[in-house]
Amino acid sequence: MPLLDRNGTKIDAWTRSEGPAIGNLSQALVPWEALAEALPQKTRDQRIGVIVPNTVRIAELKLVLRQLSLVAVAFPAYSDGRGFSLAKHIRNHGFTGTLRASGPLIADQFAYALSCGFDEIELPDTLAARQPVEQWLKARDLISHGYQRGYGDSRNILDQRRAARAADQVRAS
Amino acid sequence: MYRYDEFDERFVRERVGQFRDQVARRLDGSLTEDEFKPLRLKNGVYLQLHAYMLRIAIPYGTLSSRQLRQLALIGERYDRGYGHFTTRQNLQFNWPKLRDIPAILDLLADVEMHGIQTSGNCIRNVTADHFAGVAQDEIEDPRPTAELIRQWSSLHPEFSYLPRKFKIAVTGAEHDRAVIKAHDIGLRLRRHPDTGAVGYEISVGGGLGRTPMIGKVVRDHLPKGDLLAYLEAIMRVYNLEGRRDNKYKARVKILVHEIGAEEFTRRVEEEFARLDGPSVNADPAEVERIAAYFAPPAYETLPETSRTLDAMKAANPAFARWAEVNTAPHKAPGYTALTISLKPLGQAPGDATSDQMRLVADIADEFSHSEIRVTHAQNLVLPYVRQRDLFAIWQRLGEAGLASANVGLITDIIACPGLDYCALATARSIPIAQAIQQRFADAAREAEIGALNIKISGCINACGHHHVGHIGILGLEKRGIESYQITLGGDATENAAIGEILGPGLPAEEVPDAIERIVGVYLAQRVEGESFIDTVRRIGLAPFKSAFQEAAHAVA
Amino acid sequence: MAAVPKRPPLPAILLANDLLDGDVVFASGGATDAIVWTRDPALALVATDDAAATVLESFAAAELAGNRVVDAYLVDVEIQSGAPVPRHFRERFKTLGPSNRPDLGKQAGDGIENGRRA
Ligand code: HEM
Ligand code: SF4
Repeated sequence: MPLLDRNGTKIDAWTRSEGPAIGNLSQALVPWEALAEALPQKTRDQRIGVIVPNTVRIAELKLVLRQLSLVAVAFPAYSDGRGFSLAKHIRNHGFTGTLRASGPLIADQFAYALSCGFDEIELPDTLAARQPVEQWLKARDLISHGYQRGYGDSRNILDQRRAARAADQVRAS
Repeated sequence: MYRYDEFDERFVRERVGQFRDQVARRLDGSLTEDEFKPLRLKNGVYLQLHAYMLRIAIPYGTLSSRQLRQLALIGERYDRGYGHFTTRQNLQFNWPKLRDIPAILDLLADVEMHGIQTSGNCIRNVTADHFAGVAQDEIEDPRPTAELIRQWSSLHPEFSYLPRKFKIAVTGAEHDRAVIKAHDIGLRLRRHPDTGAVGYEISVGGGLGRTPMIGKVVRDHLPKGDLLAYLEAIMRVYNLEGRRDNKYKARVKILVHEIGAEEFTRRVEEEFARLDGPSVNADPAEVERIAAYFAPPAYETLPETSRTLDAMKAANPAFARWAEVNTAPHKAPGYTALTISLKPLGQAPGDATSDQMRLVADIADEFSHSEIRVTHAQNLVLPYVRQRDLFAIWQRLGEAGLASANVGLITDIIACPGLDYCALATARSIPIAQAIQQRFADAAREAEIGALNIKISGCINACGHHHVGHIGILGLEKRGIESYQITLGGDATENAAIGEILGPGLPAEEVPDAIERIVGVYLAQRVEGESFIDTVRRIGLAPFKSAFQEAAHAVA
Repeated sequence: MAAVPKRPPLPAILLANDLLDGDVVFASGGATDAIVWTRDPALALVATDDAAATVLESFAAAELAGNRVVDAYLVDVEIQSGAPVPRHFRERFKTLGPSNRPDLGKQAGDGIENGRRA
């Protein structure tokens, strides 16, 4: 399935495994249900990622976050926004690995997903065909800044105003 | 009032560009109708029965004369010369073409307006007390809070795909004129009983629709500076836990109801405690920057009451009645907050023509510091009127048919568009409102009846607030004809209550009689000086029920 | 993709809203055998049997897919003075306009007098 990040199309280096068996895959992506069994098999130079449903409890997920290199949050439909809050939870719990949104998101959600802490989007083929990557890159930049603080945009409007005020004060003093 | 800075300006301009791009992608098939629909809704574009509809945000009901003139222009150029003011202080145009909407949004951006988040499963346009800043019973002006929330909620990356719509209302007064208890979040500015510091009382889980509920207080007193972090915590709990399996159970009220207000509060407080507040909240200087825009105008020093006004009233009883009924006490001596009724006989409640909008804009320029408010009762307010100017205003309004003296009375009916426009309606509401107005057209009788709120919705979605009307009317369909269910005892104020059903549904033509009967019971039973709703509370539903049922030719 | 909803009792007409304009449009017979949209309810094609209804449904599906209309569905009608009139009051309003504003909508000739074909 096509994968893109904020710069465009990306090669997917991860291999999905149906169950807990990760063999000697260097980057194994396992389902949430299989994670508990898969983790003990991990060797030192293997990396493990997990695909979680958007209903997963952060209280449970946070216990394993440190052992994971990638968390893929499933979006069952573009209209189901739980994944955005889950991403915030995951980042707020200090996860610094790759955060992936997986499902039929639409180009108009790209900026939101990035702001909530996602690094990349994995799309179903049909959707990627209908909304090619150029549309995603264009949609990403249509709104240059948001009002919300704490959403990755250090140039959000409130902080820009604050910086302008500080500059005014320096000038005045 | 608030003015855009360069950032706000760029934001709405970019938003128009984005919508233009979305329309183009809809037409070339990149976006399916299912994908496009929420995108257009988040810019206020609905599809109604006969045409598209554009809902324009009037944040917390505050408008400048320049903005109102622009709305008049849009109404003429792109619509049919009128607009409809709604119970959420917005304005709806009923006939725009999708192809014209980007151009309309450009015109709106020219006057610092937009349709952002007037629909869709996101945080909707924030509403507030329409007498904000001028009400005598006000503790603090709610508009700076509402503006802060408007900005914070705009295109929120995390909360734009919620389980369902989310409505926030703010009041800063003792008396609730913003129906905060029927909102997903209701904020009330209050003074801490011990420290005297102003903070927020926060209610969550109010709402109307098919399962009406009154909001529950989750925080008695939140320090003002923590507002955005606390809202983020509420929204995150709702976004993750709110039901998505059933559209009718997806509002936060259902979550609060199902897990209980206590458990909901616990989850919110837990998330709030974990959040890094300072990285989320607006800094105090930003809050001050916004608040400064809402400084009161330079009032003249005037005596408490105007002798000119008294003389005019004595000379002209019709004017005296209007000046009594349509004005509210004002903070500044010699001033008044004047409500212009959009409920003249024969007009759809809340409708105003482009000409009427222009007239109100002119009057606002001359007599009210160029400012207008929109009320949730679908009327307009001039907030800064010198009492001595009332007569001149009355004369001007009279020429345009806008001098009805019925604010808060039985013919000041709230009505949603109903089946005359709305694709979801099960019955019409406007003609019912008009028939009742016709029946109670006699001014003396209307004055005799006194304060009475009738609210009409054309379906269970309750856009016309029927659940919280003293008398509520809900239009339904029964066996292929329109049928109207009547409720009694609802209240939209700080004594918020959901009305109770009186009996079986009635056909349209019997509704005015039924109202007459209900009013008859009140007039017969009231004690000196008692208002309709107080009588209903004192004597209960039973006497009304029996009077109602005696006559009801039930459809079912 | 918005599908065409369940078929009502016949006879029926097909209506929709024009995607760009929002106006209510009706499937009508074209010059040849082709079906075209009209803004005039009096010109709506009436399907009296399943075969005709199927033709309207596939026209609706094609037009939805072609991004020309939205909210297309069949409406059951009766024939009054030679013209189809929806049986349900909701759909009747859709062929007329707001009942409180006889000066607006199709009842006032909206979009109809300027050429009977859309
Ligand atoms: C195209 C026209 C409209 C549509 C499709 C529409 C749709 C809806 C729906 C579906 C609900 C129920 C929400 C729920 O229970 O979750 C609702 C509630 C509501 N709408 Fe509308 N509405 C329309 C017009 C209006 C108008 C004209 C007003 C104001 C006069 C309005 C104000 C409200 C209010 C105040 C509520 C109830 C409060 C609440 O959300 O619980 N709406 N609307
Ligand atoms: S209450 Fe029903 S009929 Fe009235 S505007 Fe809302 S959705 Fe439409």
